[in-house]
Amino acid sequence: MPLPTSIARREWLPVTLFIAFALLPVAAAFDAETYLLGLFMRVMIFAIAALGLDLLVGYGALVSFGHAAFIGIGAYAVAILASHGVTEAAISLPFALAAATAFAWLTGLVCLRTRGVYFIMITLAFGQMAYFFAGSLAPYGGDDGLTIHTRNTLFGLAAFKHERLFYYIVLGCLIGCYVLCRALVASRFGRVFRGARENPTRMVTLGFEIHHYQLMAYMMSGAFGGFAGFLLANASDFVSPAYMSWQRSGELIIMIIFGGIGTLHGAILGTLAFLLLGEWLSGLTEHWKMIFGPLLVLVVLLARGGLIGLASQLATWWRREHIHSPSGFAYALLRLVRSLRVWLDAKIIGLAGPFRSRSRD
Amino acid sequence: MTEPVLRLEALQKSFGALTVTNNVTLEVAAGELHAVIGPNGAGKTTLINQISGLLAPDSGRIVFADQDVTALSAPKRAALGLARSFQITSVLPGFSVLENVALAVQARMGSSFRFFGRASAEEALNTPAMAALGEVGLAARADMLAGYLSHGEKRALELAIALAMEPKLLLLDEPMAGVGREESKRLITMLSRLKGRFPILLVEHDMTAVFALADRISVLIYGQILTSGIPDAVRVDPQVIAAYLGEELE
Repeated sequence: MPLPTSIARREWLPVTLFIAFALLPVAAAFDAETYLLGLFMRVMIFAIAALGLDLLVGYGALVSFGHAAFIGIGAYAVAILASHGVTEAAISLPFALAAATAFAWLTGLVCLRTRGVYFIMITLAFGQMAYFFAGSLAPYGGDDGLTIHTRNTLFGLAAFKHERLFYYIVLGCLIGCYVLCRALVASRFGRVFRGARENPTRMVTLGFEIHHYQLMAYMMSGAFGGFAGFLLANASDFVSPAYMSWQRSGELIIMIIFGGIGTLHGAILGTLAFLLLGEWLSGLTEHWKMIFGPLLVLVVLLARGGLIGLASQLATWWRREHIHSPSGFAYALLRLVRSLRVWLDAKIIGLAGPFRSRSRD
Repeated sequence: MTEPVLRLEALQKSFGALTVTNNVTLEVAAGELHAVIGPNGAGKTTLINQISGLLAPDSGRIVFADQDVTALSAPKRAALGLARSFQITSVLPGFSVLENVALAVQARMGSSFRFFGRASAEEALNTPAMAALGEVGLAARADMLAGYLSHGEKRALELAIALAMEPKLLLLDEPMAGVGREESKRLITMLSRLKGRFPILLVEHDMTAVFALADRISVLIYGQILTSGIPDAVRVDPQVIAAYLGEELE
């Protein structure tokens, strides 16, 4: 049972995030509106896929390295239907979800026979298969991708055409997905799924066929990816095999690690931080990944639980130091820097352990 | 006498050239506590693993509750009412003590494909779970993470989990393993209360416990049943004394 304070802290963050998303169009009205709207829409769409991935990785310890495939499948479902003149979301959305779920079911049957590194490799393999399959779809653009000329309509209404309305629809979808994931994790089903991560042997001897639960979770996770793909296709009016590349799958994993796995809102925060940082750093230099890489290493090294973990460590520090005045804050900060240096020294010496005695001689 | 709850018929299992279970035939009658003793490496845990379905025997039959379960998976056997504890404590460390037990209740009620509703707030799961915790004296620890329990408490939690499954047969794999003298006394009292409520197959190293609890004892050596009988008979059996017990029972 979590303590009431930790509940308060848990609810505080997602609510703030959603409010920030909701207020963005208002703030963005003053300058390059479409650019910011587009960027944040991408953030929210990828956050939906990241939520689905966090279900698997954070709660089931199933590290899927082929998750971009589900996004791609959802996106291609929209594009292929659109190329045949079907542009109604009430048809293309169920189609996208069904396609992603079916792919998850088929591949999950095989993937879930393996564990650990093998699971990572086999999901990667299936992801690559989807990638090359999309590239070979000559009637649908092959490697060049496929432009969607008409955006989906929602029950006949051109709701997705109106950028701002579409933005709020995506936000609504993100909130819905988040609430759904929270419910799933806390449900009877979620409890069994989490238990299978903690101690599979125990779960089996309790009478749970854990593979059934893991397959179901894998399919749900795939459906979230397909849903994100559906939105992405409509937001960018274009699909290409690049949506399914393994780099994209890796980015999804980085997003959830960056934010903090196994918290759900960490996935949203991580996606936000990853895409915004990428956008900002790539504006500074072409080689932005050389900055981003070490940054990721730092976050993982300094805070086990990603940004969420970092935030809660800071909160604990704040409470422990009883900070009431600016001068108290300054002293606390000094102490923190000092202990951080001691800690880092220890870490570096620890890393250099094998060489240390030799260098001292 | 009625049909036994569990019957092992000529069970055989080898790992390579090493025969770990050699022609084991054994019965657990209704209401009985049947203990299996044997030195380290006698194949006790391997035997339990075969009964609970984690290992498949090479040949022989396992009959549980009038049903041949030899080919059934571990979850299916658990669903039939076969509960077990582990020699090496096997709980869910990141779950609260109550959730550990509530999960067992959930398994018994057989409806875990429910995707909505907070499982941790379900009275139908928590009430029986609390009752099981009360029986092993862990009620006060219900909200603690299971990983933080002391070793002895974890052993008690294992028992509570098994109890919450309301099993037809309890397989206990060295419940006293690594437990101090005081705690082991408490566990013996606890087990003596359970005795009679469930048939129990107890695999144990602790002689005090075995002779205090067992209705029948089978001695397992090198994967083979050396002898089987009531405690008083086993205690004086010269074969057993020579092979295993030695001076321990003087």
